Amino acid sequence: MNATTTLSVETGRPAIRSLPIEVSADRVPSKGVIGMTCLIIAESAIFTIFVVAYLYYLGKDLSGPTPRQVLELPILNSICLLSSSATITFALRSLRNGNAKKFNFWWLVTIALGAYFLLGTGREWHHLIHDKGLTIQTNLFGTTFYSLVGLHASHVIIGLLALSIVMAFAIAGVVKREHAERVHVLGLYWHFVDVVWVVVFTVVYIIGR
Amino acid sequence: MNGTLTTGDIGGATALGSIAATEKTVFDHIHSWLVTVDHKRLGLMYIIYALVFFVVAGLEATLIRIQLAAPNNHFLSPQVFNQLFTMHGTTMVFLVGMPMIFGFANYLVPLMIGARDLAFPRLNAFGFWLSVFGGLLLYFSFIGGEGMAGAGSAPDVGWFAYAPLTGKAFSKGHSTDYWILGIMIGGFGSISTAANIITTIFCMRCRGMTLAKMPLLAWLNLIMCGMVLIVVSPLTAAQIMLLLDRFVGSHFFDTQAGGSATLWMHFFWIFGHPEVYVLMIPAFAFASEIIPVFSRKAIFGYPVMVGATLAIGFVSLSVWAHHMFTIGMTSTGNTFFAISTMMVGIPTGIKIFNWLGTMWGGKLRFDTPMLFSTAFLFQFLIAGLTGIMLAAAPFNWQLNDSYFVIAHFHFVLVGALIFMIFAAVYYWFPKATGRLLSERLGKWHFWLFLIGFHMTFDTMHIPGILGMPRRIYTYEAGRGWGIWNLVCTIGVAFQIIGTLIFVINILLSLRKGRPAGNDPWDAWTLEWSTSSPPPEYNFAEVPTVKSRRPLWDIKHPSDPDWKYE
Amino acid sequence: MKSVPGTLPKLDLISCPKSREAGTTYSRTGARLTRSVGRASLLIYWLVSLILVQQGAFAAEKTDSALVPSIFAPESAPAHDISHLAGFVLVITAAIFIVVAGLLVYAVVRFRRRANDDEIEPAQVYGSGPVETAWTTVPFLIVVVLTLTTARVIQQVQDARKPAAALDVQVIGHQWWWEIRYPKLGIVTANELHVPVSQGRERLPTFLDLRSADVVHSFWVPRLAGKTDLIPNKVNSMWIEPERTGLFLGQCAKYCGTQHAKMLLRVYVDTPEDFDRWVKEQKQLAENDPAAAAGRLVFERTACINCHAVNGTVGNGRFGPDLTHLMSRATLGSGALTNSLEGLRAWIKSPEQFKPGVLMPAMNLNDADLDKLAAYLATLK
Repeated sequence: MNATTTLSVETGRPAIRSLPIEVSADRVPSKGVIGMTCLIIAESAIFTIFVVAYLYYLGKDLSGPTPRQVLELPILNSICLLSSSATITFALRSLRNGNAKKFNFWWLVTIALGAYFLLGTGREWHHLIHDKGLTIQTNLFGTTFYSLVGLHASHVIIGLLALSIVMAFAIAGVVKREHAERVHVLGLYWHFVDVVWVVVFTVVYIIGR
Repeated sequence: MNGTLTTGDIGGATALGSIAATEKTVFDHIHSWLVTVDHKRLGLMYIIYALVFFVVAGLEATLIRIQLAAPNNHFLSPQVFNQLFTMHGTTMVFLVGMPMIFGFANYLVPLMIGARDLAFPRLNAFGFWLSVFGGLLLYFSFIGGEGMAGAGSAPDVGWFAYAPLTGKAFSKGHSTDYWILGIMIGGFGSISTAANIITTIFCMRCRGMTLAKMPLLAWLNLIMCGMVLIVVSPLTAAQIMLLLDRFVGSHFFDTQAGGSATLWMHFFWIFGHPEVYVLMIPAFAFASEIIPVFSRKAIFGYPVMVGATLAIGFVSLSVWAHHMFTIGMTSTGNTFFAISTMMVGIPTGIKIFNWLGTMWGGKLRFDTPMLFSTAFLFQFLIAGLTGIMLAAAPFNWQLNDSYFVIAHFHFVLVGALIFMIFAAVYYWFPKATGRLLSERLGKWHFWLFLIGFHMTFDTMHIPGILGMPRRIYTYEAGRGWGIWNLVCTIGVAFQIIGTLIFVINILLSLRKGRPAGNDPWDAWTLEWSTSSPPPEYNFAEVPTVKSRRPLWDIKHPSDPDWKYE
Repeated sequence: MKSVPGTLPKLDLISCPKSREAGTTYSRTGARLTRSVGRASLLIYWLVSLILVQQGAFAAEKTDSALVPSIFAPESAPAHDISHLAGFVLVITAAIFIVVAGLLVYAVVRFRRRANDDEIEPAQVYGSGPVETAWTTVPFLIVVVLTLTTARVIQQVQDARKPAAALDVQVIGHQWWWEIRYPKLGIVTANELHVPVSQGRERLPTFLDLRSADVVHSFWVPRLAGKTDLIPNKVNSMWIEPERTGLFLGQCAKYCGTQHAKMLLRVYVDTPEDFDRWVKEQKQLAENDPAAAAGRLVFERTACINCHAVNGTVGNGRFGPDLTHLMSRATLGSGALTNSLEGLRAWIKSPEQFKPGVLMPAMNLNDADLDKLAAYLATLK
């Protein structure tokens, strides 16, 4: 079988047409999903390095409070954050079904849960700094604790900002079923933030203590 | 089956000069470049940015070599010397190497896979301007802030900035902060562009182009970008930690508080070693496109080339501590990294054989791109072999941190990478501008640069063997190092002249170069099917392909590639 | 500028473009340097320079070749081990180079496009299973051999057993000098190491303990051993076993700040008798020459004692080098200048002049005090 090549000298337009024996997959992956996956891979690498530093420095403090002495398990905080992964999934499902009211509701709940998590983290830090005397300068534990948990919290903040922007659009009534794919991509980021919390929680509050 | 494949001027052929004709003023012209999201323009801007810094870093190296040409020289103060070698290394890696490879990837990948742009054009522009900002911030350090000797505040901690020398106690002022921030910001740009290119390759290939039918350049850039995602982040993380140490008093690398100097080394080299493969893989990509065309043969062993590069990508993540053989790791640790480093040499070496196999039995045309590519093969071979020497850990205990290592990595980064960048410019300049670069000037460039390169970097192995360490602003007479340093310095002159001729060639050919047409090299990948320069939308009709060399199929309809692979 | 259409060849000829159209040039015999000639000239150039220039260079620099710190002039057991491994690796890599570069040169010459080329594309060979397997297997085998050899030498050097008779030395790196202690002998000195030679059946290596007081340094005396780093908050260990007496040169090999270049090392390998004599001298308290009493007062009453120690005076500072036996050393400032009365005076007056960025400040003494102080320090043998 020969490839047909139509050439048009008059118009000078190239027209490479050949019989496609193999075509690339009709369903190409979504750009947003691939792009967000790339971002998640890069962010995971950053978090991995902070986790490695945390584990490396466990038990190497020369002075100052140890994890066992000052850390309490942030159970309620964690439940809130991890539930927000569920609520964001409900929101996305509602959007795919075209139910705007339900989407708004679940989206708001997600934001509220995330905000509560942040508040809880802030309260924990306040307690550690003022009552237990643990700052980032105190010792290696302080250094690695605040930087790792802080890095995660900053990602929660960014996520909440993005979620709030979508909330504003939703209240204005412009978020529709056809935007579900984009909301899904943002949801992937939020899930990532939650998975990181599972890792941070395990490393800091379980292994580290 | 007859007729000529042409592209006429499909209104909108955006040659560099013709913009002026259609737009109002020079300012509009500049403005259109500043706000562009077109991958071709951004690609060219990345490349020009990199070339400018190549000249700047080359000047820094020249000053260094003048200072070192004789023992106990007083051309530069130690403070300035230390800033120069730091900035030379930092500039060459982050402001020349990275932008250059992203520039070429930006320009070529969509054209070669039959796409109209990258997946996220605005993110592309954002990544570019972030990189520019990072570079300018780094160079602002020369004039901003007070330095210890009043020589501005450029960083002077070496391009790998070991702790605790970079801590607030030993690195006063803000020079180190410029190093951190300039690179970190550029790093964000790199990560975003890498994600962009990966998404483009996965989602925007033209019909018929399965992953197995992509040009090797696309494959290798895909692997490179995947590596960027994984390896730039450790550097970013370490830099955040250093920033926290310097500004809020944390103790990541504060040895007085129990922190670890070696932790910085581990984090840095987990980035640093794969980084050099990130820089080299695009050079391999260029070679894999250029050598076949000028040998008139398909690349030998396409699947193995992909597989070997994937192997390099993975194994290179496990070799980093071969930069740390002297820090006192256990014999087990040293042995592990010696083995992994030698292992990564295997897929790397195989590629040389594949290029050799491509040339074998071909009809070699030694136009300028092929001259540089052939020199690349010799030089990369030597670089790989000195790398094997350095991988033997006890040998490394003598060679590490000496001029032998400097010679080795300049063989890699100049002898292999820069030579292939030159080749790539000569090869794709006609596509981007519609004009060929002068072959005569190209040959002058090649021979002068080749002579200068070898004069400097072949010789440089010797002072290393004679015990000369790195990063010293001067050295004692009587150690036998003087004459070799002098020869190294003389070689610089040839490289400067060669580079000058290169720049002149570019500037002259922009105006007066011979018109190139679509396909001056009789090549086989999709970028040669569209006009030179391509229109903004790349292709009038997005092509459908059947094999790895679509234009070969068209030019040889009775003997197309898809019958064989 | 318009892009010019129609520069591709007609498709009914399966051919390459004519050279002129494509803008390429053929090789013009006699007018162009062929690649092989170019390569050969480079090779000849290097051979010539290596042979001729080296001799002239050494003569010009008045280089004592016994002092050149070449890694291929090993004079100590670990350096020998490394040198043997290096030779083995060099032979293998040289063989690889000759084969591969030879093939490349051959390909470049043999498959060059001729002037009378018929412009038909050559046979397209896409790959070859057997060939690719072979050229993967052979490198793999080479790597196996190299790693086995390397692993053995790593163990031989790093895990060497320390004999009971070994000498212990502690080296502490500072910006930009070396603090040297012999803990079992109670000696403290700076920048210069004295060790006994290890000859005959009784092995007498010296084991060095490496630490740092500030940033990362590296101890490198190429003829005696590979380098090992001095890292703050970490203790490293290395050993040397010199086989002849004499002076061995080295310097810091890890960038440690402004004066990294002038952190030089001198290792004196002594006969056992000379070494014992040196130890005895170093153990004594500082000379107390009454003629230099005025200078000693200057020393004790100025800020000198904040940083420097002289055993037998009130000077007990540890930030700078111990000066008890200053004049037993050949250089000042860790190699910045020769040790002599004049040098001493000039150094104290303005250390910055010899070692810009040095941490020792200019003491701003008047000339009289300076003379006295230098005279006193010059008595500290």
